[in-house]
Amino acid sequence: MQSAGLQNGMQAAASEESDRPTTEAIIRAEKIEKFYAQPSQNRIQVISPTDLSIVPGEIVALLGPSGSGKSTMLRMLSGLSRPSGGQVYWHEKPIAEAEINVSIVFQSFALFPWLTVLQNVEAPLQARGIDPEERRARSMRMLDTVGLDGFESAYPKELSGGMKQRVGFARALVVEPEVLFMDEPFSALDVLTAENLRSELLELWAKKTMPTRCVFIVTHNIEEAVLLADRIIVLGRNPGHIRTDFRVQIPQPRDRKAETFTQLVDFIYKVLTRPDVAPAEAPTGPRVRDQRQMKYQMLPHARPGGVAGLLELLIDKNGRDDIYRLADDLAFEIDDLLPIVDAAQLLGFLKVEEGDASITELGAEYANSEILRQKEIFRDAAIENVLLLRQIRRALDAKSDHTVSEEFFLDMLDEQFSGEESQRQIETAVTWGRYGEIFDFDAARRRFVLPDVLQEEAAGGGE
Amino acid sequence: MSLQRTLTRSLVMVRTWPVVIDMGVGLCALALFMAIVHLAAYWMGTAVPVSHVTENARSLPVYAFYSVMRIGIAYVLSLVFAIAYGYIAARNARAEAWMIAVLDILQSIPVLSFLPPVLLAMIALVPHRQLGIELGVILLIFTGQVWNLAFSFYSSMKAIPREMLEASRIYRYSGWQRFWQLEMPYAAIGLVWNSIISVANGWFALMACEMFQLKNRNFELPGLGSYIQNATYDGDMRALVSGIATIVLIVVATDQLIWRPLIAWSEKFKFEQVEAADHVSSPILALLQRSRLLGTLTGRLWTRIEEPVYRRLSRSRETRVVQPIDTDGDRRRPSILYWFAGITFALVITWGAVQCALMLRQVSWAELRMLFTGAAATFLRVNASLLLSALWTVPVGVAIGFSPKLARVVQPVAQVLASVPATAFFPILLIGLLKIGGGLGIGSIALMLLGTQWYILFNVIAGAMSIPSDLKEAASLYKFTSWQRWTTLILPGIFPYLITGMVTASGGAWNASVFAEYANVQNRTIQTNGLGAQIDTATADGNFPILLLATILVALMVVTMNRLVWRRLYRLSETRYKLEG
Ligand SMILES: Nc1ncnc2c1ncn2[C@@H]1O[C@H](COP(=O)(O)OP(=O)(O)O)[C@@H](O)[C@H]1O
Ligand SMILES: [Mg+2]
Repeated sequence: MQSAGLQNGMQAAASEESDRPTTEAIIRAEKIEKFYAQPSQNRIQVISPTDLSIVPGEIVALLGPSGSGKSTMLRMLSGLSRPSGGQVYWHEKPIAEAEINVSIVFQSFALFPWLTVLQNVEAPLQARGIDPEERRARSMRMLDTVGLDGFESAYPKELSGGMKQRVGFARALVVEPEVLFMDEPFSALDVLTAENLRSELLELWAKKTMPTRCVFIVTHNIEEAVLLADRIIVLGRNPGHIRTDFRVQIPQPRDRKAETFTQLVDFIYKVLTRPDVAPAEAPTGPRVRDQRQMKYQMLPHARPGGVAGLLELLIDKNGRDDIYRLADDLAFEIDDLLPIVDAAQLLGFLKVEEGDASITELGAEYANSEILRQKEIFRDAAIENVLLLRQIRRALDAKSDHTVSEEFFLDMLDEQFSGEESQRQIETAVTWGRYGEIFDFDAARRRFVLPDVLQEEAAGGGE
Repeated sequence: MSLQRTLTRSLVMVRTWPVVIDMGVGLCALALFMAIVHLAAYWMGTAVPVSHVTENARSLPVYAFYSVMRIGIAYVLSLVFAIAYGYIAARNARAEAWMIAVLDILQSIPVLSFLPPVLLAMIALVPHRQLGIELGVILLIFTGQVWNLAFSFYSSMKAIPREMLEASRIYRYSGWQRFWQLEMPYAAIGLVWNSIISVANGWFALMACEMFQLKNRNFELPGLGSYIQNATYDGDMRALVSGIATIVLIVVATDQLIWRPLIAWSEKFKFEQVEAADHVSSPILALLQRSRLLGTLTGRLWTRIEEPVYRRLSRSRETRVVQPIDTDGDRRRPSILYWFAGITFALVITWGAVQCALMLRQVSWAELRMLFTGAAATFLRVNASLLLSALWTVPVGVAIGFSPKLARVVQPVAQVLASVPATAFFPILLIGLLKIGGGLGIGSIALMLLGTQWYILFNVIAGAMSIPSDLKEAASLYKFTSWQRWTTLILPGIFPYLITGMVTASGGAWNASVFAEYANVQNRTIQTNGLGAQIDTATADGNFPILLLATILVALMVVTMNRLVWRRLYRLSETRYKLEG
């Protein structure tokens, strides 16, 4: 039943493309990958070698959890960032030499606060050396199109978020881009405004009011992707790679309540929550990654309280529920829920199968215990399952003064994560360690300490 | 409708005002032209190292004119240099670390240490005209103004949000457009505030740079600095007071006519998502903006210049192809030119270092010992002045910061006071000191205090104002004793601000030591043992080895103190005493 619905909703992109071999790609990426250099001479791979084509006439959504490299991918495809390996072609010419015509709509709008709305929209035309009169006329027309007539002399800071993003759209469209890139354009907006802008975008696209031949939108919102896209690419992380790439066959306008719609959303959840297993329907085939290179698991940035909350909710639902429905019940975005699910899974409190989360025995015991016992269970599960926490605790036990500097672990994490991510890993480890009373952290000296050591010191200092 | 219009009084105002202002603007332009002609004649004339500065109050306007011109030209040079330097440092990954380290060191060198090399070089460059000496003095003032501007521009460049830069790339801005539409606007506010500090520093340096002894030669240029120095030397109280009054007048006028309008204008460049509630207002700015002549003239002129530039730039490669933003994948090898420049640079540096080493060999052991005791004495004085400043500014600053009413009255006044160069007040303090028979040993601490306390005061006020009111309420709710209030709420709350203020003040105090430990008062020279005095005497005697070593010592101490003490304290304050959610 489910697979029948899915076949209605989606189709592998590969077979689709073989149906239309004549379509020439606008942008074609060949084995592009990206490393970021680390201070420690190490390089962190953010994107593993990836092939990707963007063909005319489609809205492509790039979907993935945060940190999976969506923005990096977008920037490489738009020529803003040079791939560390591989090549991006614009109409079969290397992108660094081609005169490409693309625009980006940014999450933070990236408007210039000291320019008026009109000047903001005019600026890209000015860069192209277009006369003031024509510049003005084209910008005014575009402001009309996005529903901003009358606001041309306002400054961005006087506008609401939704209006600001309309200016962002006007600026992007005024240059008549061949490909319109968007990096989470609706994430900074409230739900209603986002919904509104999405449907207006679809309307512009459907009526062909813009000469744009392709829209490439990056998002972490699954429903947004399914609402908008003709084709969805799901990105996995560490390093970023394409997990699945398929066509959405649901006709526009799409109904969120329709069965094909919810089944597709459900399917994507399933793909996203099982990072280690390649999706069965994935046309590109399973991508084997060498797990031995990954020494540390990526700690999901969730609080222990969140894990407990999720487990309690699951118990209310007889220990098993669809993740999609759970997110709905909690009014959570996928990015909020996934780390909690990941954390519970990592600790062995939860199992995820086919997009369903089911509580384990240990998880049930954890959720039903009183607070001290909870901490005990958490502590044991964490030490057993999380390498970083185990290492910190061991180091503390081994040293005579029972303290270890943060630097020590940061260095080790840096071999595997970006500097920023390493810091976040430590922060999460501290939260978990403190909760489970595995260790404590002296923020002033940036050192891990055994919990009792810090207490003794405090007692000694207080006297 | 039309009848109503002609009768509305406010509209009559709108119609008449601009004409008056237009005339004002026109007059200003004329005055500027005359000033340039006058200045050119003076500069191109034969060199007069010692022009006899009279203590006649009637010459004050002319002296003021010369001094203001020197500071103005030095400031324009500083601004241009700072922008170029900051821009290259921020955009060139290879040069960045070096350039910032150099800036850090240059900033810690007292202005007077630059005097002999800069002045001798300029006189050698333009030997027979007044221009040579004048350029030397202007460059000296420049060294007092430029570093903080460069730092400000550099850090603004680094702080531009990534997506804004990406927008400028994807929309294929030329470097020119990016500079005027993104980088300069983003840096504007920082530049305005730092300009205020720079010009104050310029006045500070000017006091000593217009009249000095170098290699037993006297130099005396017409200006307010030499006027005040002469008055001090002769003990002429009346001349002294009128000189200082002139400076205060100029400082206040600059504040009202230039800085306030600039601050109000630069608010437009605030990088904020929503409009802030309070604004700085400036009647002068409002008037200028109403001047029709100025508005249309600059507007037209600007488009005239701008449009052809943009049209031409739109044909260049950088506006046709999207330029990648990350240098990470930069696979280009450095060009031959780059190597050539690098090697030349290294050779020059090595040559300079060898010359310096040779020069330093002339310093005897006795002189070395003297320098070290001097360094110790000045070190103690600098830190004593910091401590004293903190002792009075913390209670006063907290009192002001906790009372918005008081703050509104005191802050503008204190800001102007801080802009008045402490070096102008030194003479009065010195004469008073001699009257009561005190020496310069303790007196110089008071002199340093005069220059540095403001930095700390302002920061403490800002810190006290930043303490959240709910914390204050909690403190009174739980009936904290005043000891508890200070130790648990106020001191931790202002700590980061206090540290920031002390860092700036410590740099200022070192610079002030050169002026404070050595002076010519009432027909005699008084000095005390210290590194500052040693720099002064070495300059006067042309004893360059001592000057060099003393300068190295000062720079070394400032940089080490910053690294070892201030930066650590600052980091501590950031981790432990940050008052936020
Ligand atoms: N300039 C950079 N230097 C180092 N690491 C970076 C840089 N930019 C992004 N990263 C890392 O690359 C990964 C992917 O980032 P990004 O593309 O922004 O992900 P997404 O957009 O999917 O959230 C992250 O782990 C991030 O920390
Ligand atoms: Mg992103």
